[in-house]
Amino acid sequence: MLRSDVSAGHAREGAEQRTTGSSSGAARGRANDGDDADDGLVRLVTTAGDRVEDPVHDPWVVDVDDDALVALYEDMVVVRRFDVEATALQRQGQLGLWPPLVGQEAAQVGSARAMRPDDFVFSSYRENGVAYCRGADPTDLVRVWRGTALTGWDPWALHMATPQIVVASQAVHATGYALGCRLDGSDAAAVTYFGDGATSKGDLHEAMVFAASAAAPVVFFCQNNQFAISEPVDLVARRPLADRAPGYGIPSVRVDGNDVLAVLAVTRAALDRARRGEGPTFVEAVTYRQGPHTTSDDPTRYVDTATHARWAARDPILRVERLLGARGALSEERTHDVKEKAEEFAHRMREGCLGLEAPPPLSLFDHVLVEPTAALRRQRDEHAAYLAMFDDEAVR
Amino acid sequence: MSADGTVRTVTLPDLGEGLTESDLVEWLVAVGDTVTLNQVVAEVETAKALVQLPSPWAGVVEALLVEPGTTVPVGGPLLTITVPDAAPTAGRSPTASPGDAAPHPAPAPDATVPEAAAEVAPDDADQPAAPAAPAVSERTSVLVGYGPLVEASARPHRRPRSAAWLAAHASANAHGHGRTHARPAESDRADEPGGTVAAPPRPTPPVRKLAHDLGVHLERVQGTGPSGQITRDDVLHALVPTGTTPPRATPAASTASTSAATTSATARPTTRPTVAPATPAPRSATTTASHDDVRVPVTGVRRQTAAAMVTSAFTAPHASVFLTVDVTPTTALLADLRADRAMDRHRITLLALVAKAVTLAVRDHPDLNARWDEPAGEIVRHAHVGLGIAAATPRGLLVPVVHDADTLRLPQLADALRELTESARAGTTTPADLSGGTLTITNVGVFGVDGGTPILVPGQSAIVAVGAVRRQPWEHEGAVALRDVLTLTVSFDHRVVDGEQASRFLADVGRVLARPASVLAMV
Repeated sequence: MLRSDVSAGHAREGAEQRTTGSSSGAARGRANDGDDADDGLVRLVTTAGDRVEDPVHDPWVVDVDDDALVALYEDMVVVRRFDVEATALQRQGQLGLWPPLVGQEAAQVGSARAMRPDDFVFSSYRENGVAYCRGADPTDLVRVWRGTALTGWDPWALHMATPQIVVASQAVHATGYALGCRLDGSDAAAVTYFGDGATSKGDLHEAMVFAASAAAPVVFFCQNNQFAISEPVDLVARRPLADRAPGYGIPSVRVDGNDVLAVLAVTRAALDRARRGEGPTFVEAVTYRQGPHTTSDDPTRYVDTATHARWAARDPILRVERLLGARGALSEERTHDVKEKAEEFAHRMREGCLGLEAPPPLSLFDHVLVEPTAALRRQRDEHAAYLAMFDDEAVR
Repeated sequence: MSADGTVRTVTLPDLGEGLTESDLVEWLVAVGDTVTLNQVVAEVETAKALVQLPSPWAGVVEALLVEPGTTVPVGGPLLTITVPDAAPTAGRSPTASPGDAAPHPAPAPDATVPEAAAEVAPDDADQPAAPAAPAVSERTSVLVGYGPLVEASARPHRRPRSAAWLAAHASANAHGHGRTHARPAESDRADEPGGTVAAPPRPTPPVRKLAHDLGVHLERVQGTGPSGQITRDDVLHALVPTGTTPPRATPAASTASTSAATTSATARPTTRPTVAPATPAPRSATTTASHDDVRVPVTGVRRQTAAAMVTSAFTAPHASVFLTVDVTPTTALLADLRADRAMDRHRITLLALVAKAVTLAVRDHPDLNARWDEPAGEIVRHAHVGLGIAAATPRGLLVPVVHDADTLRLPQLADALRELTESARAGTTTPADLSGGTLTITNVGVFGVDGGTPILVPGQSAIVAVGAVRRQPWEHEGAVALRDVLTLTVSFDHRVVDGEQASRFLADVGRVLARPASVLAMV
C-alpha cells in the first residue's frame, strides 16, 4: 500500500517546477515562510488542527490512529519540557551551554519516529528530540553540555552518532555509513540532520555529490528553522533550500516542519526509497526556532516580534492538540498522564545532571586513540606535570 | 524562618561562555514570596543577552542581596531562599554555603572564585596583573563560538614551578622529541640555589625555533624580556662574542647588505667568504656562550655545490690570470646610462657592463666559450654564450644562466641578470634557468674583495671573477690620479685553453672596460 515515491508529485526534479524563483524580497520571503495558504508545503494537519487530504502522502500514515497520534503528541510535549528544563539548568549554572529546540518538536519527532531501530542517525547538536526518540536517557542528553563527557551516549546503543558541532560534517559521515549499509547488503538507511545554515557549507554538498553518485541510502533531513544563528535563511537562499538537491540528482520535498504527521509521512517515504535502492532524498522541513540559537544568544536582537508571533501561532504541539481535541481523543486523564511523564523526565534530567561528576582531567587522554602513542603519552605526562602546579585540588 | 528550612544562597552563574559578570536589571520576586523550581526570579543583562534567571529551588525568598542596576561578578550572591528540608531536590547537601548552587567544577561558578581573584600572587609571572575592579567593558553582541571580551577573571591559583616539575617537564620533552642535541642544562637548573626559584616563562615558539636553527642553547642564554623571558635579541646576542659588533661576513648580513647577489661561490675554499650554508650555525662555534663544535648536516644546495666543485677540481686542470684595469670611463658611462631616460626602465649595473664586455670579447676567443668532451675526444665550441651568474641565495650558491647572452642588447642583458638574481634569491629559479651555461661570471666585488681564483663550473672552460671597484691612486695620462680600478680574474680549463688565449681574452675584456668607445672598433 505504501507505494508513493517522493520523486513524483511533490518532489522537485527540476528548477522549472518552482514558481518562487523571483529575487524580489516578497517572493523570497514567501519561499521560506511556512504560511498555510498556498505555500506548496506538504501538509496533513493545518494550523487550525484540521486534517487535510493528500492522496500522495496519506498512504504513508494510514496506520497512524488516534492512539499513535497521541503518542506523537506525548513525544513532543516531553521533548519541549526537558528542553525547557535544560535551559533552566544552564541559567542556574549547571550546564555550560544548551541549544534549545523549542518550535522544532514536530520536525524532530516526526522524522525520528519514521526510522527503524537499525537505521543510523547523524545529527548536529540540536537534535535532542531525535535522541529522545532513539531512547536516550535524560542524563545522556546533558553530559556533554555539562562538560563531563565527550559524548553523551553509546552511539551503537542508540544507533545515533555523537552530535557534531562542526556544521554539516555529519552529512559526510552519514553518506559514508549509508554506502557501508549497501556493501553489507543491509536495507538499513542513514538519516543526517542539519539546519538551513549547513546548506551553505561544503561538507553537505560533497556528501550530496557522493550520495547521488552512489545512490546511497541516506536521507538529508534539513530543519529550516529560519536562522543560521542570526542570519535569516532568505539571505543565503534566493530559492527554497530544497531546490538545491535536484541539481545533484537528488529528489527533494518541502514539508511543513511543524506538522508532525506530514513530517512522518515524507520521512517514511524517503526511507522507503532508500531501502529500495533508489538513493538519497532531501527533505526540507520548514519550521521555526522559537528560542535562541543557544543560551549564549539573544534572538531579540535579530527577530522582530511580528515574525515571532506569526510562527508561534503555528506551534507544532498546538495544532495536534486541536486535532486530537476535535476528535475527542485527548481525555483529561490522558493529558494529565502526558504532563506527568514530561515532568518526570525533566525531573530525572535535573537529578541526573546534578549528580554528574567531573571526570579526572587525565582521562581526557584515554579515549583519543585505541592505543596510546608515544606522543600522546608525552602530552599526558606534560599535562599531569602542568596540573601539579596548581594548588587547587579540584583541577587535579 | 530557617526553623522550617535551610537558607540557601543563589549565586550568579556564568550565563554565557566565559562571562565574568552581569548587571541585575530587575527583581521579579519580593522578600517573602514563595517561589517554585525554575520560577523566574530576576532578569539580568550579560554582555550577550537579557537573561531570565530561574530559581534553582522551591522555597521562600529570604533576602534580595543586590539592588537593580548593580553589576554582579559571576559567583556573587544574588538572593537567599529558604528551602524546606524535604525539598524535592533531596539528596543534596543541606549546608547553606553559597557554593551549594554549583557543587561541581564543570561550568559552574562557586564561592571561591572571588577569593581566588584576590589571592593572585603578585610575583606570579604567568598571571596578568591582579584583576582590577570590573572596568568599563564594551558591550558587544557575542554569538556562539566567539568569546566575550576578556575581562578580569579569577583563575586557579598557580603554584611556582618546582624543580620536580621542571625535571618532569624536561624528561617528557627529551623522551618525546628524541632530538639530537642534548639538554645539559637540566642538571644545571637543578643545581640552582634554592632549587625552586620561579623559572622565567618559556621563550615564544619563534624564538625557540630561532635558537634551534642557530644552534644556541637556550639554557645558557640570559633572558632580558618580561620576567626574564628570553627574547629574539637575546638569542642573537648569544651568537655574537660579547663586546664586539657582529662580524660583517656573516652570510645573512652580507646578503642583506648587498644589492647584487652574485658570489664567488666557486672561489677556492680559503677565499670563499660567502658560500653560505642555508643556516649560519657554524658561527655559533665562535661565540662566548658555547665552546662546542657544531655539526651541520650537508644537504641540498650545499651538497650539490660540494659535489660540483670536487668534480671540477679533479677533472679540469685549473689555471688563472689576473688583470687590474682603470675602469673610470666605464663608471662614467654607467652614470650616463643611468641618467638616460631611455634606460629608465632598465637598471644598468657594472655587472651588466662586464657581462657585455665578456660576451663581446669571447667572440674573438671561442675556446673560452667551449667544453672539453672527453668521451668524444673533442673540444666543443659553443655557438652562443650561456652566461652563468653565480648568486648567493638563502639556500646557498646557485648559478642561473642567461641563455644566448651574446645576442642580447645591453638593456635586455641587464634585465635578464636582474630577473635571474631576484628569482634565485626568492627561491623560484626554474631548472631550465640552471642549465645550459657555457661561461660564468662571479661578482665577488660586491663582498668587498679585489679578486680570487674561482673554480670552474663543471663542463665549462672559463670563469671570470669581478672584484670590487676601488677609488685609488693610478697612473692616468702621465700623472697619478684617483681612478676607479677593478681587478678581473679568469680561471680556465688548461686542457682547452692556454695562457695565451686566456690572457688575450682577459686583456680584451679589460680594454672594453677601460675604453668603452673601443667597442665601436669591434662591432
